[in-house]
Amino acid sequence: MYKIIVGLITGLLFGLGMNISQMVDPNKVLNFLDVFGAWDASLAFVIGGALLVFTPFYHLIIKPRGRAINGDEYRCVPTNQAITKRLIGGSVLFGIGWGMVGICPGPAVASLLRGEAAIYWFLLSMLLGHYLSKRLFSRA
Amino acid sequence: MSNFTPWSALLGGMLLGLSASLLLLLSGRTAGISGVLGGIFGAAKSEWPWRVAFVGAMAASVLVTQPLGVSVPVLPNYSLAWIVFAGLAVGVGTQLANGCTSGHGICGIGRFSPRSIVATGVFMITAALVVGVSAYLGAGYV
Repeated sequence: MYKIIVGLITGLLFGLGMNISQMVDPNKVLNFLDVFGAWDASLAFVIGGALLVFTPFYHLIIKPRGRAINGDEYRCVPTNQAITKRLIGGSVLFGIGWGMVGICPGPAVASLLRGEAAIYWFLLSMLLGHYLSKRLFSRA
Repeated sequence: MSNFTPWSALLGGMLLGLSASLLLLLSGRTAGISGVLGGIFGAAKSEWPWRVAFVGAMAASVLVTQPLGVSVPVLPNYSLAWIVFAGLAVGVGTQLANGCTSGHGICGIGRFSPRSIVATGVFMITAALVVGVSAYLGAGYV
């Protein structure tokens, strides 16, 4: 129950952040990525704002505790520190898809209730991509 | 520069940072959206309820922002094949790279993880190139 309530609160905050920052607007995202065109720097402020809160919170409060408040281990600490071909190749593929439509996983979820077919097609094919890569590429 | 909105961007970004901080502090989980969704395949059953709650509340956030007058985006009129190809690339790519803009771009960079800093640089540069090239070619539309 505890984890569900935490999920609800943090999910709502995350969705509010996505909407208020206008990260859910593909045109806004594409204008940010269009560095050689009519560049809109706003999304740099989204990432900056997020890091402004998360970075001190992580280093001053989360990391020194060693464990989450409910006793769980932190799931973010990577076991694999290496810069691999898998990491680079995956990031290139993600960049291609993101640059094509201006939608990444967060904004897609935050736009679910808008009922637009394009969002459903994007999410369905993204989940298919997750499924396929789990089947085709075993954990490196 | 077109339609620059630094204050709403900063406020929204700080909410994302607060969300990621609280999720990690309270439950030990990373607010990486591709991970929350992609983990559906093969995740332990005990991991499902909080993920569904997170995704549901995230989707429901528009019910709060729309009465506040936060503008509703109009999606570009891409062809279905273009959208599906992009979705597949994002799905496979984020799974291989273990993260997207939220997992690597916020949580990873905030932890000073070299992997995340490299991943974020690579997907940002790739996406900017794709935007430049597809704008030049006029690609993707119906």
